[in-house]
Amino acid sequence: MKQEFQIISDLIEKNTRVLDVGCGDGTLMEYLKHNKEIDIRGIEISKDNVQKCLSKGLAVIEGDAEKDLLQFPDSSFDFVILSQTLQAFLSPEIVIKELLRVGKKAIVTIPNFGFWKVRLHLLFKGTMPITKNLPNEWYNTPNLHMCTIKDFYNFCEDREIKLDKSLALQNEKISSINEFNLNVKNLSAELGIFLIER
Amino acid sequence: MNKNVNIKKIVIDKPLKLDCGQTINNYSLAYETYGSLNKKKDNAILVFHALTGDQFVSGINPITKKEGWWFYAVGSGKAIDTDNFFVICANVIGGCMGSFGPNEVNPDTNKIYGTNFPVITINDMVNAQFNLLNFFNIEKLFAVIGGSMGGMQTLQFVSNFPDKAKVAIPIACTASHSAQNIAFNELGRQSIMADANWMNGDYSNQNKNPNKGLSVARMAAHITYLSKNGLQEKFGRKLQERDDLKFGFDADFQIESYLRHQGSVFVDRFDANSYLYITRAMDYFDLIKEHNGNLPHAFENTKTKFLIISFTSDWLYPTSENKEIVIALNAIGADVGFVEIESDKGHDSFLLNVPKFLNTLGDYIKTTYSKN
Repeated sequence: MKQEFQIISDLIEKNTRVLDVGCGDGTLMEYLKHNKEIDIRGIEISKDNVQKCLSKGLAVIEGDAEKDLLQFPDSSFDFVILSQTLQAFLSPEIVIKELLRVGKKAIVTIPNFGFWKVRLHLLFKGTMPITKNLPNEWYNTPNLHMCTIKDFYNFCEDREIKLDKSLALQNEKISSINEFNLNVKNLSAELGIFLIER
Repeated sequence: MNKNVNIKKIVIDKPLKLDCGQTINNYSLAYETYGSLNKKKDNAILVFHALTGDQFVSGINPITKKEGWWFYAVGSGKAIDTDNFFVICANVIGGCMGSFGPNEVNPDTNKIYGTNFPVITINDMVNAQFNLLNFFNIEKLFAVIGGSMGGMQTLQFVSNFPDKAKVAIPIACTASHSAQNIAFNELGRQSIMADANWMNGDYSNQNKNPNKGLSVARMAAHITYLSKNGLQEKFGRKLQERDDLKFGFDADFQIESYLRHQGSVFVDRFDANSYLYITRAMDYFDLIKEHNGNLPHAFENTKTKFLIISFTSDWLYPTSENKEIVIALNAIGADVGFVEIESDKGHDSFLLNVPKFLNTLGDYIKTTYSKN
């Protein structure tokens, strides 16, 4: 978790405006606030989490990213962060489009469904995989649209979304993803982190 | 009641041009304070009261001998902690708790104003209260806070004085009074004016009181402050001190008895003409129109940090109207937080013991002040 935050923090430039979409209880926002001189906002769907964020004095609004990103003007943020939430949306495609409208750049992190442990789980156990990053059962998971690093990579290529940076995270080790090692990283990484722009 | 007991007042000698065109001079503003102003003078919070509120936010109201209207939120160790903050609240102009209002004597005629009092607006109320900063020698308030009409004043304050408050917390309010709300206010006013004792607003000069009309106005309004579920849960069809229906028009049901009680205690502390004037001010409130349909423009120059709070069961100032303010603030990149608090207590939620609301409010204020 901390490792992911560190990577996100490194991708963000100083003195920028940042929006954390699906900011949860505000842990990442606080981390970024302490580590970077940035102006950060959040949007979160859970009332309990929004109350936690506001208790920390964070500028967070209660809302559904699938509808409420509409209120932000084009390019009103330098960076928009979507940390491990993309798979929980009804229409991830529309959300990505919105992220890239509202933000000049977007940082999207995804739990990799192509990770070898996940594949082995399904292959040998024959049940839906449960891992550190995917802790829920099939019947109560908030994840509607799981994808792999390769899926997201191809998604961006197909839509001519610029992949400024594609990073793979495995056992606290960070490496770059490119078209040549894509299949390897898709097997070895638990988390994919992408810096994208229109 | 003896209104001059324990009421602090300042007389404002700076003329105030009202929206209606009249200018008022040497008008009084009744206020109360809680806690103390620190040396840096950075811990002042100006609280704006709602339609029937007054300056007695906390402690015991010296006039009614009851707890202050925001007793749950303001006080030692509470969300708006008077151990740390200097809380100021003034009775709005048009009110009846010591500020310049329709029940005061008009020095030109030596008669009580009644409906000769000028029509005032939320903007006028806020401009009058702005003089408190000067009086207390405060350069910048830490916060402006209010619910309902107090929230409207909060919005108007930041719009008028974009650099005079670090934080603004408008609660359960709107940027533009809705047709439904104007309708309810009109119902209340017509009820007062239908009382023969209203005497075209001249009742005080003729030693009369339109208590029945004012009481019905309060009863009708009171229903709008609650929610259907809240009412059903509290009263249901329970009967009032009787085993069966009496086949008459006495208060058979507890809800009837409750409303009658609300009406009758209200007339002891509130002036009917003030009710007319203040509801009118609310109806005229339209920050959107004031900015030619562009609400973001109202806040364009402000660095003030906003927290907007609504309640799930508030149908008088619903979440959608509160969200309109959030959307306007986001459009200009203002620093804004927003949450809709779960509560079945209706619009009145902001006045009641709703722990999630009070905790969020208290923590937000405390954290924001300490990170100041």
